Amino acid sequence: MKSYLLPQFTVERDASRCSVCRACIKECSFGVHYYDEKRRTMGTHEERCVGCHRCSTFCPTRALTIRTHPAKFRPNANWRPECILDIRKQAETGGIVLAGMGCDKPYRIYWDHLLLNASQVTNPSIDPLREPMELRTHLGARPDRLAVADEPGAPDAPLTPQVSVEVPILLAAMSFGAISAQAQRALMQAAQEAGTLCNTGEGGWPAELRGFGRHVIVQCASGRFGVDADYLNEAAIVEIKIGQGAKPGIGGHLPGEKVTEAVARTRMIPPGTDALSPAPQHDIYSIEDLSMLIYALKEATNYEKPVAVKIAAVHNAAAIASGIVRAGADIVVLDGFRGGTGAAPKIIRDNVGIPIELALASVDARLRVEGIRHRASIIASGGFRNSADVLKAIALGADAVYVGTAALIAMGCTLCQQCYTGKCAWGIAASDPKLAERLDPNVAARRVVNLINGWSLEIKEMLGGMGINAIESLRGNRLHLRGIGLEDWELEVLGVRGAGT
Amino acid sequence: MTWHGVWAGDCAADPEKGRGEGRGDGNSREAAPRRVFCDETGVLTIDARGLTYRELNHVLRAHVRDGARAIAVRNVAGQRYIGTNLGRLRYPVTVEIHGTPGSDLGAFMDGPRLTVFGNAQDCVGNTMTSGEIVVHGRAGDVVAMSMRGGAIFIRDDVGSRCAIHMKEYGDRKPLVVIGGTAHDFLGEYMAGGTVIMLGLDLAPGERHRACFVGTGMHGGRIFIRGSIEAYQVGREVELAEPDSRDQETIMSAVERFCTFFGTDFDKIANSEFLRLHARSHRPYGRLYGA
Repeated sequence: MKSYLLPQFTVERDASRCSVCRACIKECSFGVHYYDEKRRTMGTHEERCVGCHRCSTFCPTRALTIRTHPAKFRPNANWRPECILDIRKQAETGGIVLAGMGCDKPYRIYWDHLLLNASQVTNPSIDPLREPMELRTHLGARPDRLAVADEPGAPDAPLTPQVSVEVPILLAAMSFGAISAQAQRALMQAAQEAGTLCNTGEGGWPAELRGFGRHVIVQCASGRFGVDADYLNEAAIVEIKIGQGAKPGIGGHLPGEKVTEAVARTRMIPPGTDALSPAPQHDIYSIEDLSMLIYALKEATNYEKPVAVKIAAVHNAAAIASGIVRAGADIVVLDGFRGGTGAAPKIIRDNVGIPIELALASVDARLRVEGIRHRASIIASGGFRNSADVLKAIALGADAVYVGTAALIAMGCTLCQQCYTGKCAWGIAASDPKLAERLDPNVAARRVVNLINGWSLEIKEMLGGMGINAIESLRGNRLHLRGIGLEDWELEVLGVRGAGT
Repeated sequence: MTWHGVWAGDCAADPEKGRGEGRGDGNSREAAPRRVFCDETGVLTIDARGLTYRELNHVLRAHVRDGARAIAVRNVAGQRYIGTNLGRLRYPVTVEIHGTPGSDLGAFMDGPRLTVFGNAQDCVGNTMTSGEIVVHGRAGDVVAMSMRGGAIFIRDDVGSRCAIHMKEYGDRKPLVVIGGTAHDFLGEYMAGGTVIMLGLDLAPGERHRACFVGTGMHGGRIFIRGSIEAYQVGREVELAEPDSRDQETIMSAVERFCTFFGTDFDKIANSEFLRLHARSHRPYGRLYGA
């Protein structure tokens, strides 16, 4: 069948600069560039270009420019080019259209409609360059009340396990198999250097990365890949993954061709087999069942580790989160619909779930009203682009945030959304060992650490400007936020006043 | 076994000992040891009456830490997670459970051998790594979910979704033997390991009733004694006859089954079995159009 799919990008090669060094041929994992022996010129299969800019970044003479393809269908506000493209794809394959990374549709980004405060005269600002500024954050349940020992040596009220991070920025769950071993090592190394935590995702925890244990959150998801007693006991936190922002309510399939020997060993399944994560966890059909798994994990880890429960941000997130806290979770993770993924049905990525801003605000408010907010920390996740987004999330009630996409961008990702193909030219979401080798874990870790450090400096500046010297003081402090360009109902859900009021 | 004995102090193991030493003391503050006996055979015996699961499991762990290797628990009534995080030793701990253990018996278990004299509830052997569970009775739903090593023997029937997403890698090959029959979705999403269903409680000519057997199966094998119709199995499943290696697997498992439960081996030895396995390791490979 002839393909009706048109090129999405065009490759411009400046002949006066091109030295025919063929670096582009080597760099492109999608087979766009080739050398025409007959004509002795470089040629392009531009229909294969995904716009990842690997070639133009590595072209030594800067001869390449990648542009979105100028060809247009007749303009149509309803039948946008993307709709036509997807229909053509499905007409040719009869399958589900896949996508990588988070929802890219122009839904309202509430971070861009929230403004942070700064103090002026009555509550003077603080200069973080000279004064201590506390970003350290403790994750886990807090006791109902603080009991102090009456006499020396007498036991205090038992404390539930807590895990401390130096910055409230955690590296989000990305599984080995979806990302390369090098990328996962880089993330764990970065977490260790930055004094924070990195989540393994649901694909197990490679033996050679076990040394990062104190900085690792392990996931227990519906596929239970790589979950055994060591896996649970060597990590800092155990996270039960119920849902993911990019694909709420569905499971995941890591295709057999990506299940290499190393992935198979880590996931504890035979090589070449599809790694299927069912949509539900089949031991959890209710909040009571969830509680049973939470306590199974606590029993399995001697009540020494906080147990987190991650859900996608959906319409009833507040009620679900209340149930999760009452079920015994020490941490609730909310993943908004702009959260990334290695592969998701595009129709689900772009249409299911709600923005993290609204979910976070409603969950925090609900837990406060019910008097159980102290029983669990909240980690927000899903599309944090900069330090202001992080700080706004903390003011809306988050204890910490997970960043995934931003960390990948720091490592080289250009959001070409081809993660599910395994052909990532940047070696990040690569299943081909040759491609994966492109990512130097030390360099990539340095880039991620630099990003976290840069954000931390900015957060300290912004906190200082508000006259606050500890991030604890901003947590859930919505008076430091004002909305702009929002409807009344949106201000009400966010629990913030409009700017100028 | 008669119910008389001596107090814990006379046994080798004292749960109070070793408090505050390393792992295993996460809940030492609240768990008070109750009646702990040595019976006449020298087996350490714990009376679980009135104990919460957290207390019971704490007492069990404390004894194992202090050297107990054979423990009997009496009057078990719904306490969950027995066997979870209970020693990962070269010589496994054996635990006799008298009564009805609660759900998640042996969840995430790595090593111990549990024998239940009674029925078990849901999620027996949930995500179990290694060890052995023998149930002299029936078990509830979701037995052996995501089990990846060790063996489970159930004398009678099991509920729905037994062996769901069971998987294997290398020499870790889980085994589940069901003496009776199973409810729907036996071996759903199964990715590895072996399930043997003997149908011993079926009347002559009566078939198994489970439907959707092996739905989504993409690895492992299910051997069924007694009849099952094609419509009862998932479309990802292929029906076949066991080969000689399969016969060996079946017979060695059946032999163990008969030893545990005193079943007549000859009654089963000459029976015909049906082999169910996945048509493909990639059942959903054609689902996506990129």
